[in-house]
Amino acid sequence: MGVGLASGLNAVVTGPAGAPVLVFLHGFGCGQAMWRHVVPDFEGEYRVLLLDLPGSGDADPVTYDAERHASLQGYVDDVLWVLDEFGLEDVTIVGHSVSSMIAVLAHVASPRTVSRLVLVVPSARYVDDGDYRGGFTPSEIEELLGVMERNHLGWQGPLSDLVAGEGHDASRAELEDNFCRTRPEIAAQFAAVTFLGDNRSDLPRVTAPTLVLQVRDDAIAPLTAGQFVHKHITGSQLQVLETCGHAPQLSDPDDVVAAISGFLSVPVPS
Amino acid sequence: MAGAVLFDAAPCGYVVLGRGGLIVRANAEFLRLVGAAAGDVVGVRTLGSLLSAGGRILLETHLQPMLELAGAVREISLELVRQDGQRVPVLLNASVHDRATQALLVIVLETRDRHRFEDDLLAAKRAAEQAVEHAASLAATLQGTLIPPNPPTIPHLDIAGVYRPSGSGREVGGDFYDVFQVGPDAWVVALGDVSGKGVPAAVVTSFVRYHVRALAMVHRDPARLLSALDAAMQANATERFCTLVVVRLERVGGQWDLSLALAGHPPVLVRRADGSTYELGVPGTPVGLMSEVEFHTVGLPLGDETVVLYTDGVTEARSLEGMYGGDRLAALVAGLPAQPSLVSEAIARAALAWQADDASDDIAIVTFAAS
Repeated sequence: MGVGLASGLNAVVTGPAGAPVLVFLHGFGCGQAMWRHVVPDFEGEYRVLLLDLPGSGDADPVTYDAERHASLQGYVDDVLWVLDEFGLEDVTIVGHSVSSMIAVLAHVASPRTVSRLVLVVPSARYVDDGDYRGGFTPSEIEELLGVMERNHLGWQGPLSDLVAGEGHDASRAELEDNFCRTRPEIAAQFAAVTFLGDNRSDLPRVTAPTLVLQVRDDAIAPLTAGQFVHKHITGSQLQVLETCGHAPQLSDPDDVVAAISGFLSVPVPS
Repeated sequence: MAGAVLFDAAPCGYVVLGRGGLIVRANAEFLRLVGAAAGDVVGVRTLGSLLSAGGRILLETHLQPMLELAGAVREISLELVRQDGQRVPVLLNASVHDRATQALLVIVLETRDRHRFEDDLLAAKRAAEQAVEHAASLAATLQGTLIPPNPPTIPHLDIAGVYRPSGSGREVGGDFYDVFQVGPDAWVVALGDVSGKGVPAAVVTSFVRYHVRALAMVHRDPARLLSALDAAMQANATERFCTLVVVRLERVGGQWDLSLALAGHPPVLVRRADGSTYELGVPGTPVGLMSEVEFHTVGLPLGDETVVLYTDGVTEARSLEGMYGGDRLAALVAGLPAQPSLVSEAIARAALAWQADDASDDIAIVTFAAS
C-alpha cells in the first residue's frame, strides 16, 4: 500500500464538488462496471466514487497482496486509504454482496469517514451454523473453489471476440475482457475470504443509519441472511425487492436506484 | 422440420430461460440429463437450482453479470444435479435472446469422459506446481546451509556479506561465502564460485566449504590451504571446479594481520581511507581443475582500509554497454562511505541495476574493515 493506490484500483470520482459522497463497492466476481446502470442516476446530485477492489476487475495486479487480503480487513484498509487519498469524509458506502461487510467494517473502523451504509444483498455469514441459515455448507464452498479452478480456462480468451462486430468499440471490448476476469489464485482466495467469513459479531457495532436491501429470491444471500443483518444493526431499515437474483443493480436497476434515493432523502439526524 | 421440432430434437440439452433464470422451455435431451419429467422442470425450476452449489455461485457472481454486459458466455464447465443426487458434468454456452425480457438461450453438453480427463490434468498440474514449490523450498534450504544468514560477530572487525541468486532464485547457485573462527584471535573468510549451478554444484559447494573449514585448522597459510583443498577435490574426482579467495585474519598486538591467497578468483579490492583503491592478490589457478597448480599468499597489515571480496557475478554483470568490469567497481567503491554493510549492499545494487535487475549469475560480496 502506498501513494497512488487509488490509481492502481482505477478509482474515479465524478459529480459536483462539495456534494455528499456515495461510494459504490462491487462484490466477489466482477469489477466496478457492476454499478453502471445505477451510477448515472446519482452523479448529478452526489460525488460518486467507484473503484475496482484489489484482484478484481481491471485493478493493477500489484495492489493485491496474498497476505494482506487473506481477510476482509485488507480490503477495508484499502478502501479507507483511497477515501483518504481523495480527502473524502462523511461518505455513504453502497456495498454489494461481500462488500456490504467491507462497508460495515470500514464504518466500524472509521465512523466519521463512513457515516451511512447501504447494504445490497448482504450476508454476514454464508455457511450455516447451528440455527443460523447462511444457505451453504462448508463442502459446498469447497466445491465452489473447484468450479472456479475448472473454469479458469474459460476466462483466458477475450470475451469481446464473442460479440465483436460493427459498432463494437475498443473501450467496450476492453471492459468486457476485464470485467469478471481474476487471476486464478486470487479468485480462489477472494472466494474463500468471502464465503468462509463470519462477520455476525461486527453487526452490533454499527451506529450508522443503514439500509439493508435484500432480494426476495436470491440463490446466494437468502432473505434470512438479510433479516439477520437487519435485526443485528440497531435502527437499520430492511427493504425487500420483489425480484430474484444476486445482482439487482443489473437486473432491476430502477428499483435499486429508487430504494437508495429514498433512503438518502431522509436527512441524517445530527 | 419446424423450429419446435428442431428444438426438441437437438442433440444437446437446450433450455430457454425467462426472467430470474426460470426454465420456460426444455428439450428432451435436457430432461434426460437432469432425469426429470417436463412437468417437474418447465415453469418450476430455475437453471441455478439444477446446478451444484459451486456452479450456482459462479452463475450468479460471474455468468449473469457477463451475460448482461457482453451477451454471451461460452465453454463454462458446470455440474447438473439430478433428483437422485447424481451429478452430470456439462459444458454450457449461453446467450441473451431478448434483453427486454432478460430471456436466455442455454445449451449444455454432457462431458463425463472429458471431465474425468480434465480432473486428471488438474491433479497433474497441481502435482507439478507442488513439485516446483517443493524444489524451490529445497533450494532455499540448501542455499541457507551454504550462505550464513549473518556473519558471526567478530570483536574489532566490522564485516557484512550479501548474496543475490541469479534469475528466479529457484535454483541453488554456485556462489558461497563463509566466515569462521580458527583460533582465539584468528578468523578465516572464504568466498568462492563453484562452476555450474543446481544440486550438483551445491554438493561441490558443500564439499568445498567443509574442507576449507577443516583444512583451515591445519594450515595457517592460505596458499597451503588451497593446495590441500585442490588435492582433496582431485581425489574426489568431481568434474566441477571452484574459484575462491581465502583470507586469514589474525589479531596481533591490537591490529589485524591479513594474509590471503586466490584460486583463479578475482583479486580482492582494497579501499584506503582516502577513497583510493587497489587490487590485492596473485591470481593462482582454480581448485579441482588443473594438474599443475599455483597458489601464492600475500599479506597486509590492516589499518583503516576496507577490504572487498566478490565473485565474478559483480564484474561480469552484462548490459548492452558490456560488462560492469573492475574499473566501474573501483570507481563505485571509491565514492562510497567506508562502512562494510553499505559497501556490500551498494555493490550488489549497482551490479543488479547494470543488468536491469535480471542477474545472469549469482552475486556474492563480503566486505570487512577493522573497528
